[in-house]
Amino acid sequence: MKRKGVRKSKWLVNTVLAIICVIWAVPTFGLLVSSFRPAADILSTGWWNIFPHKEWTTVAQIELPRDTDLRGPISVEGMTYSDVQLREGVERDGQLLVWENRRQRLINVQEKEWAWISSFTTQNYETVLGGKQYKITMPDGSVKTEQGSGMSQSFWNTIAVTIPATVIPIFIASFAAYAFAWLRFPGRRTLFVVIIALLVVPLQVALIPILRDYTSLGLNGTYFGIWLAHTAFGLPLITYFMYTSISQLPKDIFESAFMDGATNFTIFSRLILPLSVPALASISIFQFLWVWNDYLVSLIFLGSQPEVQVMSMKIANLVGSRGNDWQLLTAAAFVSMLMPLTVFFALQRYFVRGMLGGSVKG
Amino acid sequence: MELQTKKGNALRLLLVTLLVPALNIAIHWLIFMFFRDSGLPPVANAVLAVLWGALGIYSIYWSFNWMVEQYPDQWQRRLLPFVFIGPAVLLLGWLLVLPTIRTFWLSFFDASSVDFVGLSNYAAVFTDRLLVTALRNNLLWVAFGTVACVSLGLLIAILADRSSFEKLAKGIIFMPMAISFVAAGVIWKFIYYYQPEQQQIGLLNAIVVAFGGEPQAWLSMIQPWNNLFLIVILIWMQTGFAMVIFSAAIKSIPEDMLEAARMDGAGEFRIFFSIMIPYISGTLLSVTTTIIVFTLKIFDVVMIMTGGQYNTEVVATQFYRQLFMYQNAGYGSTLAIVLLIAVIPVIIINLRQFRKEGGF
Repeated sequence: MKRKGVRKSKWLVNTVLAIICVIWAVPTFGLLVSSFRPAADILSTGWWNIFPHKEWTTVAQIELPRDTDLRGPISVEGMTYSDVQLREGVERDGQLLVWENRRQRLINVQEKEWAWISSFTTQNYETVLGGKQYKITMPDGSVKTEQGSGMSQSFWNTIAVTIPATVIPIFIASFAAYAFAWLRFPGRRTLFVVIIALLVVPLQVALIPILRDYTSLGLNGTYFGIWLAHTAFGLPLITYFMYTSISQLPKDIFESAFMDGATNFTIFSRLILPLSVPALASISIFQFLWVWNDYLVSLIFLGSQPEVQVMSMKIANLVGSRGNDWQLLTAAAFVSMLMPLTVFFALQRYFVRGMLGGSVKG
Repeated sequence: MELQTKKGNALRLLLVTLLVPALNIAIHWLIFMFFRDSGLPPVANAVLAVLWGALGIYSIYWSFNWMVEQYPDQWQRRLLPFVFIGPAVLLLGWLLVLPTIRTFWLSFFDASSVDFVGLSNYAAVFTDRLLVTALRNNLLWVAFGTVACVSLGLLIAILADRSSFEKLAKGIIFMPMAISFVAAGVIWKFIYYYQPEQQQIGLLNAIVVAFGGEPQAWLSMIQPWNNLFLIVILIWMQTGFAMVIFSAAIKSIPEDMLEAARMDGAGEFRIFFSIMIPYISGTLLSVTTTIIVFTLKIFDVVMIMTGGQYNTEVVATQFYRQLFMYQNAGYGSTLAIVLLIAVIPVIIINLRQFRKEGGF
């Protein structure tokens, strides 16, 4: 009796969880599918039609006499219908009658048949990545020329922003964390309390003054400026994270290294950094993704010059200027998601640890 | 003789102390100028920038460490910690601490930061229609977003714990945390998409039509509830975070505690409320504050989805608008300070926690 109850509840748990998982996965899946569909198709049918479904398909055509009066009742093979009915489609023993061409008095006879989307293309990605001009066919058959969005340049820009903006703060923070954990100096406690207080400070409070300093130093729109900004915004968290990791290393290794006459610099670079690789990996992934996905900081400090724009800005611009061109938006969004998703699936363990440690970032 | 060596040493130290920082500044300034003025192709630019960023920072520490090593032992011990924390302190001071104080100062000045206006910016935050809307929406975000993320996260954690495909389920729910809000914005904009008088290609409208309803322009209709459709995106992205932490907390509940309760005939709901919830209350609090802090600063989603139109403005987007469109540094600073005030309780909680854990 009890066993049966347990099994039943397990079945229920699995079903509910499966439904939730499907709801969670569908949005991303829809984006992925749409990004491979031709422009004309995206705008005329939903992406979910890639699943086999029954669809009205024309199996025959009936041609009425040319002089049929459309205002009165129209007789088709013994039955009479009105013009409105035929325009919307009317069912007759499993078949659907609908105008193909009203002026030529041509009626389609349709039956439900299995159908699914099978036309896919990589054209969207070519358009989005390249900077050239492309011709695409629209749903109504017209041909439109499109300017490529040049996402490949912003991909490289994102790399140039992200890697140093990850390496620099992690370096600086690890040095500081080492000092906080193993060196004694005046002001140590106060400084660390400040760092903890800064953990959740919203970065908006810093933007206006930094922007003014950057303007007078000519740092706006430069990689160097945005590296510094990301470094400062990431420092409190990375320092805290690295401190908790470095301070838990056993004390003996420091003492024996000192006995051997090693300096702090050698201990740090030869001993501490190698020992902290798991922590470094976790927090690097967190900072890397944070910078990669950032929109606000680059929007404010990189400004509008296209030659330095990162991908998030490019996509945001596309949403503003080409909001209905879903073939471009979906492909562009997916290009920007490639890196995070790769990191996520390849390094999930470190990723989760970094996220948990990094969740308080300001 | 000895005096002379000492003098020579002192001179050498002085020279080293002046030269090392000067050379560092000069070299990096030159590289910076090179980057600013060079029209390199993006790939070359990216590679060089990465090299400079990574090697530059190492060379700075290395050279300063070398400088300190020229000093006598006693001085070395005193100076070295400052070489190690120096860059961090300088950057935090210049780019976080001072700006916070300056922003606070600016919040008492007018739009162009010239005339002192006292508290009138703060009065405006609570009276100006746009700003009040932003505040109200932020409250909506915090209330609905946090409650939904925490409760859904807890529910999914418990379900996953008992299901037969825990890892897969957690991966799927957690995945949206990896992608950017901008990309998530595109994903959900497509779901909410509305084509008047045509075949609906947005999933939500297609579902509504399939059930015989009328398609809607979800993001601009039924204000202020259109905000909920934006909040859904936050929930989609952040529930995974709550779930992962709760999942770890649930697994740490001792099995015999649950077993004993079951023996006593407690039902699952009873166990949930009288054992699980009290056991994970610390985690519950920290997850809740984390999501609140995160939600307070929400910016990207609103910018991408509506740009703040249709009464969806929040404090962070209004901050941006005041700063860049209306050129009003006074309102901008005040909004930033309002955000800061909102997180002060969390700062206090964090500091208390730090002291409780023994501090140093």
